[in-house]
Amino acid sequence: MPTADDQPMVRFREVTKRYGDLVVLDQLDLDVAANEKVAIIGPSGSGKTTVLRMLMTLERIDGGVIEVDGEALTHTSRNGELVPADEGHLRRVRGKIGMVFQHFNLFPHMTALQNCMEAPVHVLGLSKDEARTRAEELLAMVGLADKKDQYPARLSGGQQQRVAIARALAMRPKVMLFDEVTSALDPELVGEVLNVIRRLGAEHNLTMLMVTHQMGFAREFADRVCFFYAGKIAEQGAPEQLFSDPQSERTRQFLAAVLEAG
Amino acid sequence: MQLFDWQFALEILPTLARAAVVTIEATFLGFAIAAVLGLVLAILRRSQNPWISSAAGGFVEFIRSTPVLIQIFFVFFVFPQFGIVIPAFTAGVMALGLHYASYCSEVYRAGLDAIPRGQWEAARALNLSPYRTYYGVIIPQAVPPVVPALGNYLIGMFKETPLLSAIAVVELMQTAKIIGSETFRYLEPITMVGAFFLVMSLISAVGVRQLEAWLHSRRG
Repeated sequence: MPTADDQPMVRFREVTKRYGDLVVLDQLDLDVAANEKVAIIGPSGSGKTTVLRMLMTLERIDGGVIEVDGEALTHTSRNGELVPADEGHLRRVRGKIGMVFQHFNLFPHMTALQNCMEAPVHVLGLSKDEARTRAEELLAMVGLADKKDQYPARLSGGQQQRVAIARALAMRPKVMLFDEVTSALDPELVGEVLNVIRRLGAEHNLTMLMVTHQMGFAREFADRVCFFYAGKIAEQGAPEQLFSDPQSERTRQFLAAVLEAG
Repeated sequence: MQLFDWQFALEILPTLARAAVVTIEATFLGFAIAAVLGLVLAILRRSQNPWISSAAGGFVEFIRSTPVLIQIFFVFFVFPQFGIVIPAFTAGVMALGLHYASYCSEVYRAGLDAIPRGQWEAARALNLSPYRTYYGVIIPQAVPPVVPALGNYLIGMFKETPLLSAIAVVELMQTAKIIGSETFRYLEPITMVGAFFLVMSLISAVGVRQLEAWLHSRRG
């Protein structure tokens, strides 16, 4: 019987995802330990974003099992057999996961503060006062205490993305997913968002999975880097090793192309 | 014989004014049904359960493809054969509301379709319930842009209320007909009813345009 300590926070077991005939993820196995920071890199179409979207239950999986914190995400155990989970189970397990999107996806008709209060009030059942206190603390942490009453349209992309991070954190997730969170930003706004993520990593007990094109950030921040190619992990390892001495030819080609471009 | 008897027009004005109240009541009650039921139908049409979505879609197509007058007759004359007896005014309002609900549902559908997928995904990632997703996130964004289109259906429905005279609801048209049959003068009452609809429609159209401009400035 495994103890809580050696149990991974996130586990993919032979997870497959298809769109019609196209196999996006091919029997993926991936374990992520509690508090581990995993960067996912790879060419577009390699399935890297799909990994996060399946974990957030935004995509149905076609085969295999995903476990979060020791619990099957999309399945429940009934008489020793794994059967597809109902919405109640999905909602409970989903509560352990937070996600930040490439295009922020803030609710445009709510202020920054209201964005961060909506789910804590209506999902966690916090009182308005508790939720406001929590939201204000988080907005202060991402450096936006003075913008709390602004609507998203009045905020820069970097500020919107920081609100989105605060909004996800307000649900106190154990796992945070970052899906190309700086890809839609002007270059000068990338730093402020990465700084917030650095701080999160340093100050909070969070398991993080991030799909990113920021190789410098991945190298500096991640505990492990996974290089995806054609629906599989082609290579993974510590950032120093993977970036300085890639073993796979695919990785070498990809890194050469990315470094040349950027 | 003088062409338009102003004295007679003045005499029947209070009677017509009282009937106009019935017309306006029928319009707003009918539209309240249409606005609420239309939204419900639009949401049911998006259900992931194929039975629910196709039932809602079939209902909308059925209602839109049959004349409103037949629907009014059906509710008023056919329902009683199955033991459902509904007073004329209620039957008329229900039928109009039902008919326009199907048109409103298409308007709402366009509004709902315009919401980016990212909004649904953010709501799901935050674990909002389906109810809260619609009520707190989707509807507040989907409805304001379609309010002008709904306003045009309100005006359209207002102009269809004379159909209720066919089941003897004493609204404007029916009142004008009664006056005509009692006095053998049709020119004044029918003209006045037409003028009333013209004026009210023009005023409402200006109102809808201003609402549109206001919503636009708010979004800008």
